Amino acid sequence: MAAKMPVRKYITANEAVAQAVRLAHVDVVAAYPITPQTSIVEKIAKFIADGEMDADYLKVESEHSSLTACMGVRMAGARAFTSTSSQGLEYMHEMLAYTAGGRYPLVLVNVCRSVALPWSIWGDQQDAIQQRDTGWIQIFTETGQEALDMVLQAYRIAEDHRVLLPVMICLDAFIQSHTEELVEIPDQATVDSFLPPYDPVVTLDVDDPYSISVGGFGKHYARWKMEQQEATEKARDIILEMGDEFARIFGRHYGGLIEEYRCDGAEAVLLAMGAFTGTAREVVDEMRDEGRSVGLVKVRAFRPFPVEPLRKVLSTVKSAAVLDRDCSWGYEGALATDLKAALYGLPDPPAILNFIGGLGGADVPPEKMKYMLEKALAVERGTTPHLEFIDP
Amino acid sequence: MKLKDISKEEFYRASYGCAGCAAVLAVRLTIKTLGKNSVYVVPANCISTVSCYYPQAPFFVPFTVMAFAATAAALSGISAGFKRKGREDIHVVGFSGDGGTADIGIQALSGAIDCGNKFIYICYDNEAYMNTGIQRSGLTPYGAVTSTTPAPCFENRPKKDMLRIVAAHDIPYAATACISYPLDYMEKVEKASRVNGPTYIHILTPCPTGWGFAPDETIEIGRMAVESGIWKLVEFENGQFRTTYTPKRRRPVSEYLSAQTRFRHLSPEQVAAIQKEIDAARA
Repeated sequence: MAAKMPVRKYITANEAVAQAVRLAHVDVVAAYPITPQTSIVEKIAKFIADGEMDADYLKVESEHSSLTACMGVRMAGARAFTSTSSQGLEYMHEMLAYTAGGRYPLVLVNVCRSVALPWSIWGDQQDAIQQRDTGWIQIFTETGQEALDMVLQAYRIAEDHRVLLPVMICLDAFIQSHTEELVEIPDQATVDSFLPPYDPVVTLDVDDPYSISVGGFGKHYARWKMEQQEATEKARDIILEMGDEFARIFGRHYGGLIEEYRCDGAEAVLLAMGAFTGTAREVVDEMRDEGRSVGLVKVRAFRPFPVEPLRKVLSTVKSAAVLDRDCSWGYEGALATDLKAALYGLPDPPAILNFIGGLGGADVPPEKMKYMLEKALAVERGTTPHLEFIDP
Repeated sequence: MKLKDISKEEFYRASYGCAGCAAVLAVRLTIKTLGKNSVYVVPANCISTVSCYYPQAPFFVPFTVMAFAATAAALSGISAGFKRKGREDIHVVGFSGDGGTADIGIQALSGAIDCGNKFIYICYDNEAYMNTGIQRSGLTPYGAVTSTTPAPCFENRPKKDMLRIVAAHDIPYAATACISYPLDYMEKVEKASRVNGPTYIHILTPCPTGWGFAPDETIEIGRMAVESGIWKLVEFENGQFRTTYTPKRRRPVSEYLSAQTRFRHLSPEQVAAIQKEIDAARA
């Protein structure tokens, strides 16, 4: 039952997500088990079984069907949730593009895990990055608290009539999913004051029948896709708006599309997404104490890409080390590529060093972060591209 | 149900279906049976191809296209959503072809039946992937030539028995039908609509374009299929199979086979073998 005051508990990010789903008045949860996502949906199933959450749990036979069923729930005008990882997200791929194109305001939590082969249940972000072009809004989180808070915000962002796009909240396998942290679980009334009931634009309404998802030729198709792009671009403003409104109510703010940590006057910055940014903060503090001029840029929104904030912060530094827990094989890490494109046209752009690390659950300890930042400090602008695998 | 009971109201019109298309006729009869309190999910198939392209809108009831493999999962989700919204009175109907049912959609269908939500899944069976140009599917019958089983070879495996497959899930209601027996079909749709759970209806829809007969022969070809016994009208309910129509005197299957170009390469021995199988199944 909903407590009257926020509760502070040591829980995993997976449980934090389940708590957010409970608080979000989700009507139907459709999910298929995969490590390390399972404890999210197990917890939700338990909430429902114990009567702590009024929702239906659809026991689907695959991730392709879980996302499709969620789309169906939305067509009926109700709120849905699903969650997956890795191979499951890959298996959903067709429906990820389908639901984004159809402008279904879905919320999905992906517990980022490696993609086979080699088979690995451990963490990296290859799974989420491979869905980059499906049209989903993708937000990476650092802690259990941020995961909980962003699931609540995700429903507002997705369902906003200026957006109407699906949102994927990403957390990192094991570092977040299976590690207990102190998390504040808000009370129901406060959540309700932030997240109103779902107000759909169009449903399968027998009294006002529409063909709600259709085919389109040539210019109709192009027009539809152009509007999809416009809405995705517009989502930047809505993400900021919701972040600010959330902060006013709950007192927690995560910085917007990116978070700059001690970037003032920094010569070199480290760019990263997800849970490793926690370690990076410590490293930046240590190096600053040693008089080294470094900072951290935590990229929170990967799609829509935070072009302007990145141009602003990167225009003041000499170099940047980009940590990618992914790779676009035959090129480089996706964050590095997108960052370079975002900086196009800057008069005196910084040198970009790309480090591929944390693959298949490999740790990126403080020494390695220090190594990347030292390397960035040592290079000059105009340095040729640098790509380095730091795990092996 | 009597002919005079059939609604005069049209809920599906002006599609781009081929002349003599049985599938669009099946859609028309289905919506007439269920009325406007019904919503339709159509994956990649002939029906969506001839019905869904904006600004065309032949469905006068809520309609959505769906990914090929996803029909049954969508039905399950819509049904769950309506249940939460207190609208369990709305009929949630899928219209998938033979390939979309027996091949790429079979996993989602199995999962959705297992999940147990209320929906009507209709498989219209024209025995090949027709809108992509007549490629064989898991429901192409033994002996048929298609563009991926071309002459002098032909489909060398029997049709999957979808009715037995869904029955093995202990589905509350399932049936086969044929477009040439519209009242039998509509009664089955009506019966399915009264079931509070997953239901499955498999209707044979002869295809002049893919099977090789004249557009005005569709109904007669369907009748030959049933009268020869190569296609049976059956219901599955309460764990029991029941035949809903038995031909008084079975017509030879050679009539059915020779009326279609897709079977014209068959030797008399092969035709006799098909006849023997029908006789054995009926015995």
